[in-house]
Amino acid sequence: MIKEINILPKDYLKLGLSKDKLIWMLKKMMEIRFFEEKVEELYLMKGLITGPAHLYFGEEAVAVGVCSALENGDLIISNHRGHGHALAKGIPIKEVMAELFGKASGTCKGLGGSMHVAISPERGSLFASAIVGSGIPIAVGVALAFKYEKSDRVVVTFFGDGAVNTGAFHEGVNLAAIWKLPVILVCENNMYAIGMKAEKAVALKNLAERALGYGISGVTVNGNDPVAVWLATKEAIEKARKGEGPTLLECKTYRLKGHGIYDQAKYRQKEEVEAWLKKDPIINFKKNLIEINVSSESDIQALENEIKRELEEAVDFAQKSPILPFEELKNYVYA
Amino acid sequence: MPNSIKRGREKKTLRELTYAEAIREALRNALIKNPKVFLIGEDIGAYGGAFKITNGFLEEFGPERVRDTPISEAAIVGAAIGAALMGFKPIAEIMYMDFIPICLEQLANQAAKIRFMSGGKLKVPIIVRTQYSLGRAHGAQHSQFIPAWLLQVPGLKVALPSTPYDAKGLLNQALKEENPVLYIECSLLYRVKGPVPEEDYSIPFGKADVKKEGNDVTVVAISRMVHEALAAAKILEEKGLSVEVIDPRTIQPLDIETIMNSVKKTGRVVIAEDDHKTGGVGAEIAASIIENAFDYLDAPIIRVASPDIPIPFSPQLEIAYMPNKDKLIQAINALIKG
Repeated sequence: MIKEINILPKDYLKLGLSKDKLIWMLKKMMEIRFFEEKVEELYLMKGLITGPAHLYFGEEAVAVGVCSALENGDLIISNHRGHGHALAKGIPIKEVMAELFGKASGTCKGLGGSMHVAISPERGSLFASAIVGSGIPIAVGVALAFKYEKSDRVVVTFFGDGAVNTGAFHEGVNLAAIWKLPVILVCENNMYAIGMKAEKAVALKNLAERALGYGISGVTVNGNDPVAVWLATKEAIEKARKGEGPTLLECKTYRLKGHGIYDQAKYRQKEEVEAWLKKDPIINFKKNLIEINVSSESDIQALENEIKRELEEAVDFAQKSPILPFEELKNYVYA
Repeated sequence: MPNSIKRGREKKTLRELTYAEAIREALRNALIKNPKVFLIGEDIGAYGGAFKITNGFLEEFGPERVRDTPISEAAIVGAAIGAALMGFKPIAEIMYMDFIPICLEQLANQAAKIRFMSGGKLKVPIIVRTQYSLGRAHGAQHSQFIPAWLLQVPGLKVALPSTPYDAKGLLNQALKEENPVLYIECSLLYRVKGPVPEEDYSIPFGKADVKKEGNDVTVVAISRMVHEALAAAKILEEKGLSVEVIDPRTIQPLDIETIMNSVKKTGRVVIAEDDHKTGGVGAEIAASIIENAFDYLDAPIIRVASPDIPIPFSPQLEIAYMPNKDKLIQAINALIKG
């Protein structure tokens, strides 16, 4: 059965979430948003960042909601649109920024770039694949290792709506299903695979319905509400820890910008974009937290100032950091 | 070869094994010694392996360590990568080398590059075993030998044993490696016998083996062609021609030094390989020889390889298609006369 999860703000505190956790969620979402705005500025106006940066603009609630449900020891596997995953998992802004600048102080010493920025195993972000769908079988292997070790750890793999049509998705999800592995398959359905609309690419209303074909649980959740995402992830994790296998968790959200930073996304209808702008996860979550007296305009303003200051420091750090000496490249090919 | 074999001090170590048994012994020892080792692949458990290499392992080690999978080559290698990232030593089996393209994404884009892309934070010590079945009337999609495809993948190591001794030694080395290793077996060699020590030993990667010393011509032979080259050398020896046969054993890394030293001695080179001639492993070896030892060459480098044609099914046509000792002798004679 496919389950749909939607939560009313008045119920946020009844679900076992503390005020601090809700504020942390908002802060992380704003951190991601401001980070992406800064990346756009550095890329488009200042030319300081190059390469295909895929922005997480509009999808913040997914990474934050999922990561807020994880415990120490749990891992995530990110993808080419990974800035949000990196920040939500607690990788310092300056390391993420420095990687985008290609500097030796970045998460991957400048060898990975935007599409691999979320590689920081020490912080629970194991790996990031830039090939759509390919992180799924790798997550299956991680979950297999957890099973061998008889640990109750889980692994989350993030992928987009485009990935569900790859062979890697099919092969990986099937293995996770037959072996009942502790993997949470988080489909960030942002409605587009570059310019291909998800509704044209899959003949299903909800991508989570794919779960039925594999004999696993499928859940569709409002991906613009971090609390709904948190709750759905928490439930999926509980199942996985009990040995009940994987869940395909579809988070419906929207890529508010183009596929990559260079893409103006002219293939989208104005009305569609405007409708989703009204569902902006950050504007709404702020409003909700104020409404239920968890936060206030002035508290939020203070958080914003703090993040912006940190961001400026991160840019400064990234700019001043050296690149890896070219002669050292060969040392990273083989162990 | 270790001294124990040469001296024959210990009777035990003189036993002969087939190439298949040598591989099986290395795998079994690894499963016994290292709890982090597990096998994963199609029909390796209940069926005993498409070539019976892992026969009986399921009963001995259980389904967790001898993990049968559905037909999902990409996920087999992907799952091996994920487990390796967590400190396991997975040995994946891809039934035919023709199926390597199905998992090439995981092998080339993921396994080989993860260490580099992560700035050295991660390592992927997987072994992917596969075999090629040229010469067994398996047709165009179950006979291919395509090692050169993997030469363009920095981060991957590629081993191709030609003898039982090398099969065990190279597999043991692969088990020690912290890098992804593609280990390519040749199914026509599975029944070939040779001396294999009982004790564990490993053969370093990037160290070619002079399978036979000689002074007039160097034959660099890969996998099955090592045996054809040795047979050709024996025939030519009777006619007074001294042929040196070099088996690189690994093509990534390639031991160009040993090859060069031979070229400096003989001045003539034939490369014997089962893959297609164009862009094959021989092309890379020839280019390296020219770059490093051009002044020592007395004649053009000749390649004896499969033609640039898909492999035909018809057994008679396949025999005509394959490189062999006669084609090698012809090439060597032409080189000497030329």
